[in-house]
Amino acid sequence: MTNILAIAHKELKSYFASPIAYIVIGFSAILYGWFFINLLYYFDRISMQAGAGFGGPQSVNVNEQLISPLFLNVSVILLFTLPLVTMRTYSEEKRSGTIELLLTSPLTDLQIVFGKFLGGLTLYGAMLAVTLVHMGFLFAFGNPEWRPVLSGYLGLLLMGGCFLSLGLFISSLTRNQIVAGMVTFAVFLLFWVINWIATFMGPTTQNILNYLSITEHLNDFTRGVVDTKHLVYYFSFIAFSLFLTVRAVDSERWRG
Amino acid sequence: MIEVQHLTKRYGPTIAVDDVSFRVEKGEILGFLGPNGAGKTTTMRVLTGYVPPSEGRAVVAGYDIFDQPIEAKRRIGYLPETPPLYPEMTVGDYLLFVSKIKGVPRADRKARVAEAMERTRVADMAGRHCGKLSKGYRQRVGLAQALLHNPEVLILDEPTAGLDPKQIIETRQLIKHLGGDHTIILSTHILPEVSQTCGRVVIINKGRVVAVDTPENLTARLRGSETMYVQVDAPVAGDVRAALQAVPGVTEVSVADTRGNVANYEVNSESGRDVRRELASAIVSHGWGLLELRPLRMSLEEIFLHLTTEDVAQ
Repeated sequence: MTNILAIAHKELKSYFASPIAYIVIGFSAILYGWFFINLLYYFDRISMQAGAGFGGPQSVNVNEQLISPLFLNVSVILLFTLPLVTMRTYSEEKRSGTIELLLTSPLTDLQIVFGKFLGGLTLYGAMLAVTLVHMGFLFAFGNPEWRPVLSGYLGLLLMGGCFLSLGLFISSLTRNQIVAGMVTFAVFLLFWVINWIATFMGPTTQNILNYLSITEHLNDFTRGVVDTKHLVYYFSFIAFSLFLTVRAVDSERWRG
Repeated sequence: MIEVQHLTKRYGPTIAVDDVSFRVEKGEILGFLGPNGAGKTTTMRVLTGYVPPSEGRAVVAGYDIFDQPIEAKRRIGYLPETPPLYPEMTVGDYLLFVSKIKGVPRADRKARVAEAMERTRVADMAGRHCGKLSKGYRQRVGLAQALLHNPEVLILDEPTAGLDPKQIIETRQLIKHLGGDHTIILSTHILPEVSQTCGRVVIINKGRVVAVDTPENLTARLRGSETMYVQVDAPVAGDVRAALQAVPGVTEVSVADTRGNVANYEVNSESGRDVRRELASAIVSHGWGLLELRPLRMSLEEIFLHLTTEDVAQ
């Protein structure tokens, strides 16, 4: 555990020593703020319409019409920012030769991978923490239900974990961080749109494609439903990606 | 302390290290000598557990590096060819991080870091970012990193590369000083380094060990017989040659160079027989002037070239 924390601490430090952490957190905050204002105006309008009683929705709910779509919008931000977080994790170590230090220290490959994952996850946590400010305003001036908010954050954390673990794996395959970043982005996007084609497919394929989509699993979380099905999906996704990373690092050793 | 048995490492079809075996005793400093691409770095990488061997095994400090890597790695300090520094970390932070992953107990970390910085003379750079260090400092921080957890075994890949002459001397002294407490393998292609610091030398070429011995023995062994270089001031050169030839044990005398009355001779004698006294008294008793008498040995450079250029290696 000490070893994992040592690696995580080092990762986090290097994020904040380079502009990466500031760019990721700063731009996410700006984009999130933009989405927030956008949805707030929209919510404002539909609640006025509902109040006036002409043509508006039957009922308005701050959780369903504002917070849930907001959480889904966050996944757009993750799509662009998390490849930046993971692209250098292994690539940079390989390029500069510091991987030789890690692999000749009394650490297991798994500890290194966990440490790097934890470091990325902490940075992502800091990124999410910024959004608590906006959420604070909603709680101050409205009365949203807190349970769906909590489950929404859990969903976001797990989805980010999937992206991070996948990015970690891709970074372990190359010593060029631009390649790692680009491929990570492309694969994220693929997992994002993988079920777009589902409507044209037969029922079985449709189910499979929907199940594979990373974002599809977030929907229920944002509505306050914590379904084991989704937990299993996210946890197995993360575990499998981290496992692949360990294997990739090990096979690199044999190939030299 | 270190035992390497029939170690072979292949990268696809290329053989980087081919059936290498050697032992290093506790406290010994072993020099690893060879031209670039001979397999020095690969051997060291196997010994430190960075790459697994294709065949054979390596036991370091009593632990097989492949079967018990964690235990073995706890006892190894390793300076790779390029010092593994994180450019965005300060020297102090970097060493603290390394002390953590090397398993130094929390209470000892600060003291160990300070000690390692002191020994490698990098304390004045503690607050500097690693990316902004000169090559000499980088090398020394790399060395500090290897010493942090006070390992039984030190494996140093070209520890003096990139240092200026003064730093080279300091680093060699440090390494010599570390020998005894630590078992050290260092690789180099600088020959004087080997004769100055190492107790024993392994010469490696094209992945194979071509010689293992002390620097002195290597120098002596490579000539089948002993050769003396004699400079004599005598009126008639022919007489000197005959007189030297008459000395018991001498097998061959050849004139290397003549300048006026002074002539240089190379005198071969039976292997292991020291004929210096007899040669001197033969010359002096004839009334000639003995200007110089010294054993002629192959320098390490010559041995190295001899062993590493083509079909030698007996």
